[in-house]
Amino acid sequence: MDKSEYLKLYQEMVVIRRLEERAAELYQQGKIGGFLHLYIGQEAVSTGLVAARRPQDRIITAYRDHGVAINVGVSADKVMAELLGKATGTSKGKGGSMHLADVEKNFFGGHAIVGAHLPIAAGLALGDKYQGNDAVTICMFGDGATNIGFFHEALNMSKVWNLPVLWVVENNQYGMGTSIERASAVIEMTQKAQGYGMQSARVDGMNLLEVYEKAKEMIEAIRGGSGPMFLEAMTYRFRGHSMGDPERYRKQDEVHKWQENDPIGIYRRNLIEKGIASAEELDAQDDEAFTIVDKAVEFAENSPEPSPDQLFEDIYVSEQC
Amino acid sequence: MARITMREAISQALWEEMERDPKVFIMGEEVGVWGGTYAVTKGFYDHFGEERVRDTPIAEAAIVGGAIGAALTGTRPVAELMTINFAFAAMDHIVNEAAKLHYMFGGQFVLPLVIRAVGGGGRQLGATHSQTPDAVFAHFPGLKVVAPGTPQDAKGLLKAAIRCDDPVLFIEHATLYQTRGEVPDGDFTIPIGKSTVQRPGSDVTIVTYSKMLEVSLKAAERLSKEDGIEVEIVDLRTLRPLDMEPVIESFKKTNRAVVVEEGWKSFGVGSEIVSRIYEEAFDYVDAPVKRVAQKEVPLPYNRSLEQMALPQVEDVISAVKEVLDV
Repeated sequence: MDKSEYLKLYQEMVVIRRLEERAAELYQQGKIGGFLHLYIGQEAVSTGLVAARRPQDRIITAYRDHGVAINVGVSADKVMAELLGKATGTSKGKGGSMHLADVEKNFFGGHAIVGAHLPIAAGLALGDKYQGNDAVTICMFGDGATNIGFFHEALNMSKVWNLPVLWVVENNQYGMGTSIERASAVIEMTQKAQGYGMQSARVDGMNLLEVYEKAKEMIEAIRGGSGPMFLEAMTYRFRGHSMGDPERYRKQDEVHKWQENDPIGIYRRNLIEKGIASAEELDAQDDEAFTIVDKAVEFAENSPEPSPDQLFEDIYVSEQC
Repeated sequence: MARITMREAISQALWEEMERDPKVFIMGEEVGVWGGTYAVTKGFYDHFGEERVRDTPIAEAAIVGGAIGAALTGTRPVAELMTINFAFAAMDHIVNEAAKLHYMFGGQFVLPLVIRAVGGGGRQLGATHSQTPDAVFAHFPGLKVVAPGTPQDAKGLLKAAIRCDDPVLFIEHATLYQTRGEVPDGDFTIPIGKSTVQRPGSDVTIVTYSKMLEVSLKAAERLSKEDGIEVEIVDLRTLRPLDMEPVIESFKKTNRAVVVEEGWKSFGVGSEIVSRIYEEAFDYVDAPVKRVAQKEVPLPYNRSLEQMALPQVEDVISAVKEVLDV
């Protein structure tokens, strides 16, 4: 990576952070409805993964999807507009926070049923393999998703068919409010991959460069025909599962301890220590991120609501076949 | 025109579409080496190879979910569920994914996907393998649900489904595979979402589809021969999107109707059709519309008990006579 690329990743993480902080405010004001799952604390995972892919590689994730959207290059404007349910949003205001996507950027959502997108990810990889495309599918999910049947069906099928998919579990140690020890028979997610004969690795998900380097190595190995691989990123969400989470299941001490390992702070220190960027340059990135997000909020608030005829649009590609 | 079985018609549709378009491929349990548990894909594996006739693990969520993902990349998968009863193991992918993705992401996602599933009772397979849950699937906007009753419709509708850019659930009735009928030569399609009159008549309208078309036709022949009653039969062929036009047109002529379905009566296809008739043609009603459907029990294994639970020709005849008050 050259300097501008390092800086770009820093800015992406800061934009995600600021955008979500603003989204939390807008949610409190009642401008965002439904569920809102913040990615705050986990930004290094999606940022590292997306940086490690090539443009033809597909990415698909669960409902904590704002980060991936920004990383793949969806504008903060469109993301914020979708959160506000506006016609200018990624899904024309019909998907909401949990259903962001951009097919042109090979971002396939944004899926709200835990684990259900894993078989779809295997299918994306199958489609590429069938057509001889030189693409790898990156599928992100939480540790909670490893306990549902979809996970096992998808991992098994991907291995049996040698599909080009990188499975990435973001192990934030809680499935909603139930800790991993209380929900999973094994707490190292890589053990589950081993059950499917799959090569796996565990990285510090708070460290962007560690995620990036391991992901890049695995993605290129998969592209070379290795078959599916499994990456476990150890991470932590600083906020509740969604807005309105009373957080009775964890102590604030635990949260504070993890917050000392803020992925943005770690990356910032990394860049300064390696002499890649100065504190002033990074401060400038912070300022720019603020501006981008301010503009996004303005864009979203000023965007039109979907027109009433949109209600019946896009149920089918064509009513008659 | 050739006189072929339903099995041959479906098999031909798949074969011809695979020959026509390399993006079409089949995936499912035992579709390949075995040749299909109902022998629909016999010979396909040898001809098209394992990439295009893909044997899957016994994992329905992975079959349907995998087919959805593959469809999103621009291929046109035909996923086979050995029976529609196994669709419940893939319910999330049918209902929460296939039926939703196009709409929920603002039209970005296109899923040219066909899910073939074998349904119906009457083969002593017990309660878990004999259901006709068509109405369940027809409940969901975003899905197209097709259930043909003749070889010609099966072939034409399946070809249309494979060429369709929307997800289509294609329900085949297990006891219709040996049914023979005239099928046009060469390439043809039958539009999804079009009901049709399968037998013209003037006295009463029967609305039906799939296996119950066969039962209704038998009833109609007997009513004609024995009682001089001429039944008009409208075959829905597609449950969603539902085409009521031929039904209403027929009803306005006969003013009396019976709906015949194999599934359970409660919250079923008949419930929907009857409501629509009352909503759209109430002024033409000369007698309460009757429903013939499966008894409200899990289907038993015992042959005579099972047949008691399933709608029979005699049930249709009595219902027709009741609405005619004869």
